[in-house]
Amino acid sequence: MSITVDQISRQFGNTVALHPSSLDIKEGELVGLLGPSGSGKTTLLRIIAGLETPSAGRILFSGRDVTNLHPRNRRVGFVFQHYALFRHMTVFDNIAFGLKANAHRLSLGRQEITERVNELLGQIQLEAYAKRLPAQLSGGQQQRVALARALAVRPEVLLMDEPFGALDAKVRVELRRWLRHLHEQLGFTCVFVTHDQDEALELSDRVAVMSQGRVEQIAAPAQLYREPANRFVFDFLGTTNSFKGEVRDEQLYLGEQGTLRLPKVANGAAELVTRPHEISLSHSPSDSATLPAQVSAIAPIGAVVEVELQPFWEAPNLHVTLSPRDFEQASFAVGDTLYLHPHRLMLVDPHSTALTPVS
Amino acid sequence: MQRVGDSLPVKWTLIVLALVLTALVLVVPLIEIVRQALAGGVGELLDNLTNTYTLSAIWLTLLIAVITVPLNVLFGTVLAWLVTRFRFLGRRLLQTLIDIPFAVSPVIAGLVYLLLYGRNGWLGQWLAGYDIQLMFAWPGMVLVTLFVTSPFVARELIPLMQAQGRQEEEAAVSLGARGAQLFYRITLPNIRSGLIYGAILTNARAMGEFGAVSVVSGMINGVTISLPLQVEQLYQDYNTVGSFVSALLLAMLAVLTLVIKGLLEWLAERRQQRHSKVAEDV
Repeated sequence: MSITVDQISRQFGNTVALHPSSLDIKEGELVGLLGPSGSGKTTLLRIIAGLETPSAGRILFSGRDVTNLHPRNRRVGFVFQHYALFRHMTVFDNIAFGLKANAHRLSLGRQEITERVNELLGQIQLEAYAKRLPAQLSGGQQQRVALARALAVRPEVLLMDEPFGALDAKVRVELRRWLRHLHEQLGFTCVFVTHDQDEALELSDRVAVMSQGRVEQIAAPAQLYREPANRFVFDFLGTTNSFKGEVRDEQLYLGEQGTLRLPKVANGAAELVTRPHEISLSHSPSDSATLPAQVSAIAPIGAVVEVELQPFWEAPNLHVTLSPRDFEQASFAVGDTLYLHPHRLMLVDPHSTALTPVS
Repeated sequence: MQRVGDSLPVKWTLIVLALVLTALVLVVPLIEIVRQALAGGVGELLDNLTNTYTLSAIWLTLLIAVITVPLNVLFGTVLAWLVTRFRFLGRRLLQTLIDIPFAVSPVIAGLVYLLLYGRNGWLGQWLAGYDIQLMFAWPGMVLVTLFVTSPFVARELIPLMQAQGRQEEEAAVSLGARGAQLFYRITLPNIRSGLIYGAILTNARAMGEFGAVSVVSGMINGVTISLPLQVEQLYQDYNTVGSFVSALLLAMLAVLTLVIKGLLEWLAERRQQRHSKVAEDV
């Protein structure tokens, strides 16, 4: 089932939770709504589920207007942030709840319900836990029960609010893979909310980045990372290095100490941004490595080495990541002066904050 | 190893203090009630227990409780639901208003009802036109008891329902549950403990209420005298034994209420333990 969000907005009193927003989600697609808290992503998800009423706009499921359809009749699976398992029911009864509530419509007998619940318990590998209460399960197990409960009635749409937010890193990665696998098997349309960019980029076919009640950009993860639409999307997806200065005759002047050749950029004030892995470091200045900075901290973090540098001009510290091998070859220490060569820069439009690649 | 706050002298001082206070405030008066009730021997106790006036007082007290408890359980549940599940103008005000019966002296509550529903009150006059008399009759006593005990259930449920949130209900709805299924399978089991405790408090107060009831009762012997009123009345008539027999009855009803509460809690605990036992077996 495809989902169309058509100019949906939501106000709470005088505060706007969601500006008029539109999204087209294709059948079988897995879309992540990514944004900081207060960006309106959960509100949008709850409006799609019918748990919240929009102030204006329409929600369509496969072209059918469901804006005024009661959530009970939308047949959408919803997984809550804190799972919202029925605390007084066993795992089995939790999963069976939707089947029993719809037994008539699905024409299911007691036998069939039991069979289907057992099958789901097998899929989430919790057969042995059928008679336990939710409080007696770990967070990851509760999350799996919540998913099984939502999927029991075989909804064509699955909505998840911060599904892995409360879990530790390892369980989170396992569950992501499991969900991806499940999605491939069952082919439901899935929208989930997250504030974790790794989660959004790893799981989603497309990611919608949201901020202050607006959809800033919706794109496939690779495109989103390569071509962020604006400064907010760029900042939200990772660490940002910013170069602010004055362009004169194709040179960017960063105070007294640093200049950078910038063909194709008009004269005047300019800000350029780049990622930590898009800067290379060398011991001596050259035509391309023109920006001097002093190493202030080195932190080896697993697969990468993070280097923090204090630029010679007035600016916040810069962050560069190297592979451990590159770091060993470069051999420098805290206090050394290095020269930076940013090999991919994006120019920030001062008004719209839109980004254009300049090199 | 000692943890912060572990101090033997402090611990034992507090334990002794608590025991002494409990004895003075709770146990000694209870023993005294029994002693006084038995002051004239078992025969006199039975005589006092079985005379017409006492039997009518018992009947009236139970009647008030039997009407008040279910009505206020319903009222409190609806109120708690309203306050915790909906956002509307005046929600805060309503939450404050719930507490008025606690804040106002019951005597004043009785007086207000008397002035409003009495023969000269404007509601009373209107009702008199239909030949309905509420004051100085049992319906008036039920009415003021309803007022006095109205906050107990809501006060128990509101914090509970606020803490539990509405997500389980939303989950049930998104799974296709209808209104009745939602209430009986999700909401009610979740608030059951608060509901039981609220009902027990309501019951205890309904049977024991004195101030408001005494204003609207009219003290008609054998008709509008409930047990608490009878205790006072007999004492004023220098029938100490009779007074204490009624007091003992009230105390026994209170103990019975507590036993029922304990029993229900024990049952709930056993149910929980059965689940954990299943969990351990796995």
